[in-house]
Amino acid sequence: MSATRQSVQVASGVAGLASRWRYLPDRAELLGWIMLTPALLYVVILVGLPFVLAITLSFSTATAGSLSFSFVGLRNFSAVLHDPTFQRALKNTLLFTGVSQLLVIVLASIQARLLTIPFPGRRIVRFLLLLPWAAPVALSSMAWTWIYDSTFSVINWTLRFFGVLGPGQWLYWLGTPDLAMAAIIIVHVWRMMPFATVVLMAGLSSIPQDVQEAAIIDGASYWRRVLQIELPLLLPVVAVAVLFGVVFTSTDLSVVWLLTRGGPYNSTHVLASLAFQRGILGANLGEGAAIALFLFPVLLLAAVVMLRVARRSEVGA
Amino acid sequence: MEAVSRILKGLRWVALYAAVGVFVVLAVFPFYWMLLTSFKQNRDLYVGATNLSHVPWIFNAPPTLSHVRLLFQGTPYVTWLYNTLVVGAAVVVITLVVALPAGYSLARLVGHWGERLGIGIFLTYLVPSTLLFIPFSRLVSALGLQNSLWALVLVYPTFTIPFTTWLLMGFFRSIPRDLEEQAMIDGYSRLAGIVRVVMPLSVAGVLTAVIFAFTLVMQEFVYALTFVSSVDRMTVSLGVPVALVRGDVYYWGSLMAAALFASVPIAVLYSLFMDRFIAGLTAGAVKG
Repeated sequence: MSATRQSVQVASGVAGLASRWRYLPDRAELLGWIMLTPALLYVVILVGLPFVLAITLSFSTATAGSLSFSFVGLRNFSAVLHDPTFQRALKNTLLFTGVSQLLVIVLASIQARLLTIPFPGRRIVRFLLLLPWAAPVALSSMAWTWIYDSTFSVINWTLRFFGVLGPGQWLYWLGTPDLAMAAIIIVHVWRMMPFATVVLMAGLSSIPQDVQEAAIIDGASYWRRVLQIELPLLLPVVAVAVLFGVVFTSTDLSVVWLLTRGGPYNSTHVLASLAFQRGILGANLGEGAAIALFLFPVLLLAAVVMLRVARRSEVGA
Repeated sequence: MEAVSRILKGLRWVALYAAVGVFVVLAVFPFYWMLLTSFKQNRDLYVGATNLSHVPWIFNAPPTLSHVRLLFQGTPYVTWLYNTLVVGAAVVVITLVVALPAGYSLARLVGHWGERLGIGIFLTYLVPSTLLFIPFSRLVSALGLQNSLWALVLVYPTFTIPFTTWLLMGFFRSIPRDLEEQAMIDGYSRLAGIVRVVMPLSVAGVLTAVIFAFTLVMQEFVYALTFVSSVDRMTVSLGVPVALVRGDVYYWGSLMAAALFASVPIAVLYSLFMDRFIAGLTAGAVKG
């Protein structure tokens, strides 16, 4: 008796469940889109539309004073292209990004490898190495401005202390074009390296140990293991690290702005800082937007690489 | 033979610690310099320019609190900290309200669209502020929000929402699907299942998202520089470099104290959660 009732209950339960499951996918998808809408709206309205507006502004004579503007076609672009300051800024952006990212990836690989060796104090070392990336750049750049000070530079004092700089010799870090550029690159490298290191460490730790061991048993040499096992497996992770480094470095204006404001004599401007100077301080929104849009290829490249990496890992999964 | 191998082994440790030591000194030196400058007496700070035998890396005269006192009593530093907290709290709330449902939806509900839309939303994180500050300046002036903290509250979620959504999507994926399905079989609705079963398990993920959004607000400089001009409405990242310099005079002691007190706690907080951020960031690349 009770057994029959139980089985009837189970049967109706199963039937009810089945009908519920049948409708669930539809309802789940609807619920999903409702829950997704605010995020999509925010992104479309406050990233998508401004992006289109940036392109529109770059073809116009818009100024910060009034809301009306007229279209001038490619005039802003041809104006900036003939401007020596812009050419310098474009070159600087490429130089800053290229040199600092090369240094970052080389130094970060060494760091990551050191940090995968177990040694006493490794956790605290790792924590200390992360600090430059995590500190607000506007504040740490002020420390660097002080370190590079024209009269009180601790670097100069140190060099003098060790006799590298003789009496009367003095490096004007932020006052000489070449030194100022070196100074900015040093800060970029200092700031970006921790990030690349952690990404690379995540990559190194994701390589299966048994693959390594099998290679050792098969008699593969150290370099052969690095080149033929680690490198190919690390490549997607390295791509992500380099990609973010390039995007963050090439589009950043804070270090340049805080250290030199583009000086001396506009020699250290990058695209972003020049766009800020012309567009916001100079109130010439059209020209500023045109200058900023030269960063677009970098983003496009970033998007393509990201999608590739994502698709490849989908296939692998 | 054994002695030689022991010496070689010892040398390897020495080399390791030497290499690590160099990296650590380079990474930490600017912070050490902030600390030293914050508490050095003025004559100890500036005498090195004329007196060549002066050792700059240590306290040559007893430390002083005068720079710190000037910072807290003679500058709007406390106001900036307060502004940063207000903007940070508002941005965190907006970010969570938008990103929590979106992250869950991408992980569970929208099926094969989830992956693509997730990457799509994440890619907007890569659109830099330097490309958007010019159109935003127009938007902000059209809305009458120039020189207002609300401009920052409106704009900062453009970079916190994409990353946080991506991060939370990864967290929700890592919670076994069976748990919710079991809850629904037990008679919970899906929403009740989310609130009663999924949320308690995602506390760590939500906390990470909060820390991330807040530290990013603390670090942002470009939008603040573009939209805010009154000294009493600045955030700490803007006020310290822009408004603590009076004319050509740099009060380096107070300036470094300001940088130290605001950057070190944030750096520590962020570093503690760094692994989770990196895991979230590279999820697409290393999960295969």
